[in-house]
Amino acid sequence: MTYKKRFDGREYDETRKIEVKAGVIKRADGSAMFKIGNTVAYAAVYGPRELYPRFMQDPEKGILRCNYNMMPFSGSGERVRPGPSRRAKEISMVTEKALLPVVDLGDFPNAVVDVFIELPQTDAGTRCAGICAASIALADAGIQMKDMVSAVSVGKVDDKLVVDLNYEEEAYEEGPVADIPIAMIPSTGELTLLQMDGEIKKDELLKAFEIGKKTLLRINEIQKKALKEKFKLEVE
Amino acid sequence: MTKEAKEIIIKYLKENNRYDGRKLDQYRDIVIEYDISKSAEGSARVKIGDTEVLAGIKLAVEAPYPDTPEDGNLMVGAELLPMSNPEFEGGPPGIDSIELARVVDRAIRESKAIDTKKLCIKKGEKAWAVMIDICPLNDSGNLFDAAALAAVAAVKNTKFPEYKDGIIDYKKKTNQSLPIKKLPVSVTIIKIGDYYLVDPINDEEKVIDARLTVALTEDNVICALQKGGDSPLSVDNVSKMIDIAAKKAAELRKKL
Amino acid sequence: MSELKVSEKDVVVPGEVIAEGMDFLPSSGTYRLGERILANRLGIIRIEGKVIKLIPLGGKYCPKKNDVIIGKVKDINFSGWMIDTSSAYHAMLSLKDATTDYVRKGADLTKYFNIGDYLVTQITNVTSQNLIDLTMKAPGLRKLRNGRIININPYKVPRVIGKQGSMVTMIKKATNCQIIVGQNGVIWLQGTPEGEILAVETIKKIEKESHMQGLTDRIQKYLDDNKLKNVNTEEERPQHHEEKYAKSEKVNEDDL
Repeated sequence: MTYKKRFDGREYDETRKIEVKAGVIKRADGSAMFKIGNTVAYAAVYGPRELYPRFMQDPEKGILRCNYNMMPFSGSGERVRPGPSRRAKEISMVTEKALLPVVDLGDFPNAVVDVFIELPQTDAGTRCAGICAASIALADAGIQMKDMVSAVSVGKVDDKLVVDLNYEEEAYEEGPVADIPIAMIPSTGELTLLQMDGEIKKDELLKAFEIGKKTLLRINEIQKKALKEKFKLEVE
Repeated sequence: MTKEAKEIIIKYLKENNRYDGRKLDQYRDIVIEYDISKSAEGSARVKIGDTEVLAGIKLAVEAPYPDTPEDGNLMVGAELLPMSNPEFEGGPPGIDSIELARVVDRAIRESKAIDTKKLCIKKGEKAWAVMIDICPLNDSGNLFDAAALAAVAAVKNTKFPEYKDGIIDYKKKTNQSLPIKKLPVSVTIIKIGDYYLVDPINDEEKVIDARLTVALTEDNVICALQKGGDSPLSVDNVSKMIDIAAKKAAELRKKL
Repeated sequence: MSELKVSEKDVVVPGEVIAEGMDFLPSSGTYRLGERILANRLGIIRIEGKVIKLIPLGGKYCPKKNDVIIGKVKDINFSGWMIDTSSAYHAMLSLKDATTDYVRKGADLTKYFNIGDYLVTQITNVTSQNLIDLTMKAPGLRKLRNGRIININPYKVPRVIGKQGSMVTMIKKATNCQIIVGQNGVIWLQGTPEGEILAVETIKKIEKESHMQGLTDRIQKYLDDNKLKNVNTEEERPQHHEEKYAKSEKVNEDDL
């Protein structure tokens, strides 16, 4: 059995349709909406601001605190009980680790930059969408960062290396599947998020990274454009 | 907020003005968008000015409550998401989230907006459960009205998923809507000094003496009331506030 | 061969390549990575000879010595007042810096400044941990009474003030309001409700369009189009010292 054609007809190195907008949440210091296929992620940034509890404060620099949450009606099946699940807590943590390497909070000792990610609709690739949205939101908030972070899932469905797996592909049962969410710093090519579910050989993994890198550079262009769009106003 | 902050706002109210130039009985622009979450069985986004709230509905088949064996179940949840307001803290729902959820719940439940008898599948054993969740994205004031409107809009938008042999196929939506009998609309009126205002913004919410949320159905029947704020209201106050609510409810309902 | 990848006054985002080659020098808001110079914040590019600078478009206020800001009293203890500076750091106003009066031990400090009061105050010191000391003992510093407070992006403050105060003076004249602009983005205004609303709308417009061409002309037109009905141009307004302290930034903020 081979995976001859993707379920939704895409090319193997093609992502689903992406829609992005910056500055969507007025009260936040920075915000963005990142939609890829049927996965929608909102990110809002508050900070740098005072950090409580005190014991979490770092006297050398500000800290980054991420919170990932799926809205109760965002799952493809039953309602998801509100409140952080173990999965959500883990995603919050890897999101923070994915963004931290680019962010510079040295001017803000003892303070915190809070990143909130909420998803009203999901179809796989949620943590990557969250990271993409968060990255734009951090830049929108004026945070000092040497680059943005772009994320997408790469992987393998049966015998084909693919990019941006949707739910159907993750659940593929006719052959082996590997689902590998990655995040990258575009200017250096370094990975800040790397996880994997499934089975893959090393040479296939490295090839998947190559394809992923090209995709991530394209996604980064879209992120950059969304930020600049915000400043193109129609003047009466 | 201090006494002074309130006095400054009253200075505006004396000239029939508010901080954003609105009149006292004027709502900000209201925009309702349906079907904003394909994962939900029904959903809507409501924007009142910059305040933005999402509501989504999930359906499930459960045992009906023992004291109402012929009725389906209704549940409303709300979370004051920290992304929507820098003053909201994360963690389990505080009393403000709970109040918001229960006030929206009452309007829908008590108006019998949804004919829960028609949700019954097998008396005493199986019935549809309608679970409404309210998620504010941006709180620029008046979450009560935005949430209530979003919940009712989501109810209107809901379609049953396919249900065969005791199993729900969430991926297949039927054409069948929820059995809706009424469309309740909530209007929150706040009182600052001797003035009544609708659709408060954040600065106004901080200086209220009292507030009254009034839910009304199409035939002007009051189906829910909630008084908030630290100061008491006279019967005359309440009467005037209900009159304002009735007028505004008709305007809001046109947006659905 | 060095090459500029963007133009003067372009909006750039973190990680964007501004120039290639070793001839250019990265200054604030930019950094060198190998052969290239990249932006490390969202901002606007300024090129001065071979030096590439970035003017940030947003961010939280960074407290600086000698800045005159508007702060809000958050708390009082026996040694002074804790002030909210609209940044990640609160500031301390100690007894000795607050007043020239002799203050007895155990005196009621709320008589001077109470919780919720807004103060025009000056930063005298910022430690490495961003602990801030304030003083009220200089001309023009005072407690603010009445009037309205709004918050804007602190990076837009120079544009709201204008070269030598030209922009804020234009707004004051057209709206007949007193206006004090704190370097931390907190602005106090006082006039009639109609005047205040126009002033707030104008300031918000500047905030939104600050990076675009011909700002001064557009703002002048906006003020003319929305002229107040009862502007008493003969009224003598008292000269306030804030005009001296509302410094524009030394950067070449000529009109875009």
